[in-house]
Amino acid sequence: MIFLASLRKELFELTRTNCLLIMMAVLLAFGLTSPVVAKYTPEIISMIPEADMITIILPEPTLFDSISQFMKNTYQFGFLLAILLTMGSVAKEKEMGTAAMVLSKPLPRWVFILSKFTALALAFLGCLLVASLGAYYYTVILFSTPQLAVWLQMTIALWCVTLVYVAITLLFSTLLRSSAAAAGLAFGIMIIFSLLGTVPVLEKLTPGYLLTWAGRLFTPDPISGWYPWLISLGIILLSLVAACMAIERQEI
Amino acid sequence: MKTAIRTKNLSKVYGPVKAVDQLDLVVPRGIIFGFLGANGAGKTTTIRLLTGLIKPTDGEAWVDGEPISNKGGLPNKIGYLPEEPAFYSWMTPLEFLDYIGRLFKIPEKERKARIHQLIEQLDLGAARKRRIGGFSRGMRQRLGLAQALINRPPILLLDEPASALDPNGRKEVLEMITGLRGTHTVFMSTHILADAERVCDRIAIIDQGKILVEADQSTLLSNYTIPAYEIECLPEETSNFQKWAAGLHPLPWVVDVHVDGNLARITVKDPALANQALLSMIVESGVKLIRYEIVRPSLEDIFLRIVGKEGP
Repeated sequence: MIFLASLRKELFELTRTNCLLIMMAVLLAFGLTSPVVAKYTPEIISMIPEADMITIILPEPTLFDSISQFMKNTYQFGFLLAILLTMGSVAKEKEMGTAAMVLSKPLPRWVFILSKFTALALAFLGCLLVASLGAYYYTVILFSTPQLAVWLQMTIALWCVTLVYVAITLLFSTLLRSSAAAAGLAFGIMIIFSLLGTVPVLEKLTPGYLLTWAGRLFTPDPISGWYPWLISLGIILLSLVAACMAIERQEI
Repeated sequence: MKTAIRTKNLSKVYGPVKAVDQLDLVVPRGIIFGFLGANGAGKTTTIRLLTGLIKPTDGEAWVDGEPISNKGGLPNKIGYLPEEPAFYSWMTPLEFLDYIGRLFKIPEKERKARIHQLIEQLDLGAARKRRIGGFSRGMRQRLGLAQALINRPPILLLDEPASALDPNGRKEVLEMITGLRGTHTVFMSTHILADAERVCDRIAIIDQGKILVEADQSTLLSNYTIPAYEIECLPEETSNFQKWAAGLHPLPWVVDVHVDGNLARITVKDPALANQALLSMIVESGVKLIRYEIVRPSLEDIFLRIVGKEGP
């Protein structure tokens, strides 16, 4: 019941502070425009006045271009939103004094952390599903009809990768008293993952490889997703456990 | 008498600073206990220790019999008002109190009734649907008191509840605290001595993390009474009056005579003897008086004497 009360407050906060609206607007914008951009990029380039002076060979856009464009855009802006919306969730409450106010009540500290994560996870799930269905709709209109079940699997993979950054940023927000420092460290981790992703042997061990797995679901030769799923879920779990342990030891 | 708060060797050290130093306190139930000290004396740290928000470096404490280490049981026993109560600025008072009520698992019907009662009691009715972000300091303090009272806690820990308020706000908050006497135990920190003198039954004075004195307010005032008299004569009698006052110096029970115009302050060794002799001596002298009084110290005088900022 206390978890539900705390979750209710967190969802309420996301709505009242317009965070949910911003999240929805950004993700939906990319959901709707990605298939359109994939479809019309060659035509847009051909309309550039100097285009006839150079030779650019662009293949005919396909369903995979639409999927790839959607995943790339949603991933990039998803992790940005994840970091920006999570960076102050604990640090700011500690800094402002609201954490001391509510944690002197019968609100267990682990509930304080997990309700924040759950609220963000639900908000991202809702927004990503809406954005994804928008992208699916335009993909069907402009290209062909991909399997909806596979499309949803891709969306869940995108959600999971986003939650990796939510969990990591939440951990740093718990450990530090500064929102900016929490965001900076989360960006640092993102850069490390990106660098690891360029090394072929290590690529499979990064959360981003989930997107490679998801993209290959639409091809005749899918690849195994065990590693990236385990790694991503492991990072989420470890970050949350570490955040809960940290706040239990902290003096608020 | 049952104990509301007890601390035993309670200590909190931050690096080289002993914020709270082996604090031994016993606060009986149902009283308003004033915890007096200058800024940085250790008042807020003590209250935060009692809320369980920070852990002691050493020692133990119990609130309503519950050890402060028991994070599960302690919050139900206390209502806590921080020095600067912080709220979610996007919430309204109704929403905030509802949220806090839910954390205490107060059933919906009872919660609504309690919120309504507190909103009325703390005069927040007109602002109940306004965003807290736009509230004045006084309104935030009243809302802070409301959230501290929502679970009807037996013990209230109030950190400087009236310090930041204007005179009207202070008066209201202090009246409200006075109204809690008997039904709640109020442990209230303050550096405003007049506030403590006005509402507190028992007082502890803390300095550099240590309790210097702890007593009922009346005992404190009588124990620290300065054995002195102030006598003021009519202005036209000043010359005779000063001659009479000068004649007091040789008397064995007189410590000091300080004359300033038509006012004399006479400090004595033996107040009982002075009570008998002084008044008859002045009557015999024929000097006409405006005022004759035994000097009553204020809590401020006592505080300054105890923390050593001023001589006796």
